Amino acid sequence: MSLMALREQLNGLVNSMFLEGLLDDQFEQLQMLQDESSPGFIAELITLFCGDSERILAELTKLLDQAVVDYQKVDAFVHQLKGSSSSVGAQHVKLACVQFRQFCEEHNKEGCLCALNVVKHEYYLLRGKFDTMLQLEQRIQAYESKQQI
Amino acid sequence: MGLGTVAEGDKRWWWNRNVIMVLWMMLSVGFCIGLHCHMRTESLRKAGETLTSMCEERARMLQEQFAVSVNHVHALAILVSTFHYQKNPPALDQVTFANYAARTSFERPLLNGVAYAQRVVHAERELFENQQGWMIKTMNREPSPVQDEYAPVIYSQETVSYIEALDMMSGEEDRENILRARATGKAVLTRPFRLLESNHLGVVLTFPVYLSGLPDDATAEERVKATAGYLGGAFDVESLVENLLHQLAGNQEIVVNVYDVTNASEPLTMYGVHLPDGHMSLSHVSMLDFGDPFRKHQMKCRYRKKPPVSLSSITTPSGIFVICMLVGYIGYAAWSHYDNVKEDFRKMEELKKQAEAADVAKSQFLATVSHEIRTPMNGVLGSMLDMLLDTDLNLTQMDYAQTAQVCGRALISLINEVLDRAKIEAGKLEIESVPFDLRSILDDVISLFSAKSREKGIELAVYVSDRVPTILTGDPGRFRQIITNLVGNSVKFTERGHVFVQVHLAEHVKMVIDAKTGLNGHANEVNITSATTVFSTLSGLEVANSRNTCESFKMLLSHGASLSCTFGSGSVPESIADKVTLMVSVEDTGIGIPVHAQDRVFAPFMQADSSTSRNYGGTGIGLSISKCLVELMGGKMNFTSRPHVGSTFTFTAVLQKCGKSSGVDTKRSLSEVLPTCFRGMRAILVDRQPVRAAVTKYHLRRLGIITEDVRTINEALHTLSGQNGYLNSSQPGKQPSIFLIEKDSWDPKIDFHTRNQLLQRKEAGHIEDVPKVVLFLTTESDKTRAGSHADSIIVKPLRASTIATCFQQMLGMGKCQNKDIVNNSASLRGLLDGKNILVVDDNKVNLRVAAAALKKYGAKVECVESGKSALSLLQPPHKFDACFMDVQMPEMDGFEATRQIRIMESTAYKEASPYDGSVMAIRHLPILAMTADVIQATYEECVKCGMDGYVSKPFEEAQLYQAVAKFVVSQQIPGSS
Repeated sequence: MSLMALREQLNGLVNSMFLEGLLDDQFEQLQMLQDESSPGFIAELITLFCGDSERILAELTKLLDQAVVDYQKVDAFVHQLKGSSSSVGAQHVKLACVQFRQFCEEHNKEGCLCALNVVKHEYYLLRGKFDTMLQLEQRIQAYESKQQI
Repeated sequence: MGLGTVAEGDKRWWWNRNVIMVLWMMLSVGFCIGLHCHMRTESLRKAGETLTSMCEERARMLQEQFAVSVNHVHALAILVSTFHYQKNPPALDQVTFANYAARTSFERPLLNGVAYAQRVVHAERELFENQQGWMIKTMNREPSPVQDEYAPVIYSQETVSYIEALDMMSGEEDRENILRARATGKAVLTRPFRLLESNHLGVVLTFPVYLSGLPDDATAEERVKATAGYLGGAFDVESLVENLLHQLAGNQEIVVNVYDVTNASEPLTMYGVHLPDGHMSLSHVSMLDFGDPFRKHQMKCRYRKKPPVSLSSITTPSGIFVICMLVGYIGYAAWSHYDNVKEDFRKMEELKKQAEAADVAKSQFLATVSHEIRTPMNGVLGSMLDMLLDTDLNLTQMDYAQTAQVCGRALISLINEVLDRAKIEAGKLEIESVPFDLRSILDDVISLFSAKSREKGIELAVYVSDRVPTILTGDPGRFRQIITNLVGNSVKFTERGHVFVQVHLAEHVKMVIDAKTGLNGHANEVNITSATTVFSTLSGLEVANSRNTCESFKMLLSHGASLSCTFGSGSVPESIADKVTLMVSVEDTGIGIPVHAQDRVFAPFMQADSSTSRNYGGTGIGLSISKCLVELMGGKMNFTSRPHVGSTFTFTAVLQKCGKSSGVDTKRSLSEVLPTCFRGMRAILVDRQPVRAAVTKYHLRRLGIITEDVRTINEALHTLSGQNGYLNSSQPGKQPSIFLIEKDSWDPKIDFHTRNQLLQRKEAGHIEDVPKVVLFLTTESDKTRAGSHADSIIVKPLRASTIATCFQQMLGMGKCQNKDIVNNSASLRGLLDGKNILVVDDNKVNLRVAAAALKKYGAKVECVESGKSALSLLQPPHKFDACFMDVQMPEMDGFEATRQIRIMESTAYKEASPYDGSVMAIRHLPILAMTADVIQATYEECVKCGMDGYVSKPFEEAQLYQAVAKFVVSQQIPGSS
């Protein structure tokens, strides 16, 4: 019963994320990739993504803090973030990155800072949801393993 | 509760207003009355002042005249004393005195006469009587009784000659006068009494004449002793005052009374009628001083009539009252109007709130319903149709299923658009900017309406000019929405004929129309060939603005053809500009829009026939949304319509050209993938309608089929044989393998004939193979009629993919090409199963995803995070069957890494050349670029550095399959053989 409830909760969360546009089809694909052979795939991926993104965001903050901004570097980082977010299906983060890159191309510092904030905002929003998702998944797994025992 | 207090407060408010109004009225009434009183008293005061001044004036005049007379009497007295007593013998006698007095009477206008009475003591009486020669008489003209002394008149003016010889002492008043006069030495007056003779009221003035000069401070005794006689004069006050008053202005208005008030309690009337006191409130009393200190006189003036109430004292306050009332009324009206308006405003506010709530509710309802619909639709599309497509279907089924999927997707997007409508209304809609393939969107739209058009038997066609770039950047969803809407409308309102969507470059159209106006006579030439009732349009029916569409369409075609070579080489002038303005027209032969409704076509919720019994459903919001969208895209929408002929909606849209790389990669990822196996094939198209032929050719051209169009079947046969003869020598195998026939050129007899002819030719060796005959139909029901002579039948609307499917089936290209268009995970699994694949990406997340995706298909995946480590792993000989390479990586990007790998391969190949068999397998490692930016990576660049293909980064099954299949198959074949 509790397992069912947990699953339902998880599904609800993911569905709401889809509806909000936080996630796109890519995440669906990822869900399809997760099967018995790799039960923790999504969790692993999300952890990877979060670690990576936080590193990049920190770098970006540092870069944009400097008086003379190295736009090439910034662009490279944003590109990376965009790549990983699109792989995860984090649509909002991805779109924010696209905008970020535009500002980057224009060498518009203000725009970049603004875009960074947007990206951060989107990212933290997403991470909150991801955290919940991971917790739910962990509980489900724990439950399952208990059942198996 | 709350409502109750509001109503109560409202009531009190109302009550207050009335009270204020009443108060105002009372105030103004009071004010007006006060003003009236004030004005009356003011006028009374003025009248009093006037009276005073008039009275004073009269009094002064009277007094002056009186004084003058008295002075003159004084002078006479001196005369008498001088000439009568100081001369001896006296120089005066009666005649002289009378003469003198008469001649100087103008000096005494108030006195009717003067007389002189001498003092005679009783002792001297006899002497005096003797001297004078007459007896002293009393006033009653009797001889005087014996008295102490007498005052007989000796001289008199003629006017009073009747008193001569009368003893003045015998009259009571005169006696008193004489006694007082001689004691004081001053002029004294009697009280008023009736004068002798005239019987008028009068006073007598008496002046003493003394014998010798008396000192001024002489006592009364001395004065009595020295008295010689008395000069007297009678004032006829009544007539005199009357004369005086007549000389003055305003005589009519006032009444003058003169009183002797010596005895204050009993005033004696000297002049004027005595009127009752209470009659007049307004009067003035002036004191008169006639020079006799003993007697006091006063003048009393009154108005003859009561002074009238002045008009202004009535009109002014009443005028002010009226004004006050008006002001009050205006204030009252304004106030109540204000209250009404406030009340209305409150009601409106309430209604507005309700309406807003309703709007919110509507939006929520829409959102909920749309979501509710979307969920099962997702089920239908997402799982069931996908699953259906994954099963083993034949090509027709596949096409149907795919069509169903496409239509379902369109439905979902439509639902989304319904949600977006709210956004449009709120002005929150934003136009996306993503690359898309216009042609495939149009194909989708067409397929959405294919069922309907087939059912109605109308021809639905799409033509996109060759000059329109394949990939454009814009908002495909909105674009599709507009076109879907227009086509939907057209299909809805068209019962026969056609619906024709054309897309051209706007500048091109403009250019052509310019050219056409230049060659006006020329343009008509085209129509000569067409029969009288047949117009040269898609279906042969007349259209609304035939001038602009048909003729220019042909011109556009010819232009397109003549310019296509330049376009192909990529040096078309407008390619420089970043923006492309598309001109899209949707032409139909429907019922048209009535003239009276044409000006409100774009108004929301407006249908030409808005009655409930109308023939056509729909909300009528579509066109207004479309117009908004077109305007958001920087274009304009307009239309021409002729009732019962048809309508043509035209809109322009400004889209961006797709960056530098409108390459194959983008195209593939965005558009429906068309099979390429028909490239270079030839076909002959039989169609009487050149426009329709052009549309068919357009679709065939997209498949890479070279088409020749002819008007009739015979012509086609002729061409076939002629070409055949020619081609036999130079290009064998390039003969047309497909024979396409439009349904109106078709009937079973001809069909039979044709087939025979073709067979004959084959036997005769003119052609190697009988071309396949394909028939184009508009409705499903025609299928049975068409008979079985055709090899295949395509029911319109035409779509490149429909044609491709049909051809594949017909030509038996089935299986192998089939894979090209089918997204089959099973086959992908088969392809990749057991393969060793290296994935190179610096992004761990991407790496993980790619690996997982590939693993799913059974591949053994190894991951590295940089180009360098990839190089070290790929040092030949190696175990990998393929490599997925991220393009953008730090240090060494994908292109560079690939180049290095290729160099390594070639060196390895050279070194290992002696052992050819084994080397073959490792000679060329398939390397696929992975990129998220499909726009950025160009196919050319990929190829240039030795890559074999590309996949867009979030892996899509179909795309992955496409990319992998190409090389894995080609590898597999030599590998297995």
